[in-house]
Amino acid sequence: MQHLLEVKDLSVEFALRTGALRAVRNVSFTLNKGERLGLVGESGAGKSVTGFSIIKLISQPGYISGGSILFEGKDLAKMSSEGIRNIRGNRISMIFQDPMMTLNPVLTIGTQMTETVLAHMDVSYKEAEKIALEKLKKVYIPSPRKRLAQYPHEFSGGMRQRIVIAISLLTEPSLIIADEPTTALDVTIQAEIMDLLLELCQTDDMGLILITHDLAVVSEVTERIAVMYAGSIVETGLTSEVTMNPAHPYTKGLIAALPQSGGAGDRLTQIPGAMPSLINMPSGCPFHSRCTICTDICKVEVPQLEANKSGTLVACHHADK
Amino acid sequence: MIVIGFIGFAIKQSFGDPIREITGVSVSVEERNKLREELGLNDPFLVQFSRFIKGAMHGDIGRSFFYKKSALKVILSKAPATLELVFCSALIIVLFSIPLGIYSAINPRSIFSRIIMGGSTLGVSIPVFLTAILMIYIFSVELHWLPSYGRGETINLGGWRTGLLTLDGLKHLIMPSIALSSIMLPLFIRLIRSEMMEVLQNDYIKYAWAKGLAPRRVFIVHAFKNTLLPVITVGGVQLGTMIAFTILTETVFQWQGMGFMFIEAVERGDAPLMVAYLVVVGLIFVIVNTLVDVIYGLVNPQVRITGRK
Ligand SMILES: Nc1ncnc2c1ncn2[C@@H]1O[C@H](COP(=O)(O)OP(=O)(O)O)[C@@H](O)[C@H]1O
Ligand SMILES: [Mg+2]
Repeated sequence: MQHLLEVKDLSVEFALRTGALRAVRNVSFTLNKGERLGLVGESGAGKSVTGFSIIKLISQPGYISGGSILFEGKDLAKMSSEGIRNIRGNRISMIFQDPMMTLNPVLTIGTQMTETVLAHMDVSYKEAEKIALEKLKKVYIPSPRKRLAQYPHEFSGGMRQRIVIAISLLTEPSLIIADEPTTALDVTIQAEIMDLLLELCQTDDMGLILITHDLAVVSEVTERIAVMYAGSIVETGLTSEVTMNPAHPYTKGLIAALPQSGGAGDRLTQIPGAMPSLINMPSGCPFHSRCTICTDICKVEVPQLEANKSGTLVACHHADK
Repeated sequence: MIVIGFIGFAIKQSFGDPIREITGVSVSVEERNKLREELGLNDPFLVQFSRFIKGAMHGDIGRSFFYKKSALKVILSKAPATLELVFCSALIIVLFSIPLGIYSAINPRSIFSRIIMGGSTLGVSIPVFLTAILMIYIFSVELHWLPSYGRGETINLGGWRTGLLTLDGLKHLIMPSIALSSIMLPLFIRLIRSEMMEVLQNDYIKYAWAKGLAPRRVFIVHAFKNTLLPVITVGGVQLGTMIAFTILTETVFQWQGMGFMFIEAVERGDAPLMVAYLVVVGLIFVIVNTLVDVIYGLVNPQVRITGRK
């Protein structure tokens, strides 16, 4: 069966004055139609850059330095800017972190919705408006017609993110990439937005790449998970399997750091140390300096992703094979 | 406006003794004092000041010593020349700074952008009078293409003497308006460029790209509309500064406008005319600022909302 998305050996570099910063290092993963994948890891691990590079939206001075991105049979990594423009916002939609910053403050919601429709579909303005109204209803925005004429600052944070989700639905894409879609919102609204996103993905059979550092959200929403550390995927498999039986010491650390995993009164465990610099990576396993089970081989040889007995891929010299 | 009136009045007070101007030296001190009493010049400062403001409200700023006419009338007859000059310069600035500013913000590394930025650095650092004299030398003295002074042929349109409707008048306008815009144009290109570059860093621009919009739509609708807000604010202030530069430009080109008249008035010690100039320029400042606020409100939805409530 053909995958919806097949990312292979993707590498992204930023050409900085101090040297090349390799933010994404030979990342490979696949996504089937309608499947939901969680991309987790601490801040700076390269999750956002990975997500954005799928639609080749990397800010200067970054560029894709290797690998391929097969989406619906075409390699986006080799596609012209004209071609990629037809994919962006059309077949692949993005949801950004902060809805306050995502919507343009001087344009009405109506303008920001219809322009997306008009950029990708051969319809009249009236029809575009109709599509916009329909999607606003889908994300439960009350009195949508009135809302079209309003500006972003007239909405609350949660409402704005609903609108961004509505925009992502306009062209009925087959994949949504959501980069920390609830991080900037009130805690009370976070679950609401996540539930909505999950519901929409299920009813429309849309694929979802959910970028987050919140393992609890990932285990609720996604079917598969990829854990990133210092630009590489260190563990990937079924979400239920990885969260119940983490194999990589880094994943174990992440799960131990979750508040609910310890009993009441237990101290939260945190992984000591910090992620190495992506410009001057130490030799061997990128995690070895923070690892509790580090041995000599970890300091010299980079571990490759290999399947363990439960089918999870792990990049660790000491994982059970 | 009140501040301007105050300054104007202060100048009038300190600039020479009007009695001496009226009477000459031969009149005795006693007679002088009597006249002073009659004219109310011995009244306390505040009384005199309120009388001045009252007069100004009715358009009576005083009489020009030199022209022997109401100072306001004199200045109003000179205003069209200056306003046309400022208008043409503003037009040049808008027409060139917007496309050049946008271009150099989008392609900061391109050769053309570097030329624009280099040129604008040069433009800012060359004083207006030097630009003007250089142009006169090249285009009038050497090439004989353009006239070097005056307004040329003008047409009287209901009291407004315009040089915009005759070929000769337009020819006379070219060099002065280029000279006048030579400082502001580079400033505006730089302003638009830097503001736009900052706007382009915003998430909503990245989001506009992520929606698959065409570059033109991203740059013009999403980026430039946001760039406009700070540019309008600064632009309004700069337009006022341009009035000050008209004094220089008009003097070099002997352009019969308010600025040229002001210099003459200073040379002749014609205090009422100087005051009239300040008042009119102050008025223009106020009008421009009001206009800027209105335009700002049209572009910025946040202002519009609060205005509605
Ligand atoms: N525009 C940029 N210029 C230079 N470095 C960048 C840029 N964007 C991201 N990076 C680097 O790429 C790395 C990964 O960033 P990111 O993908 O945003 O991490 P996260 O996992 O928190 O989403 C970081 O180390 C960051 O410093
Ligand atoms: Mg991120």
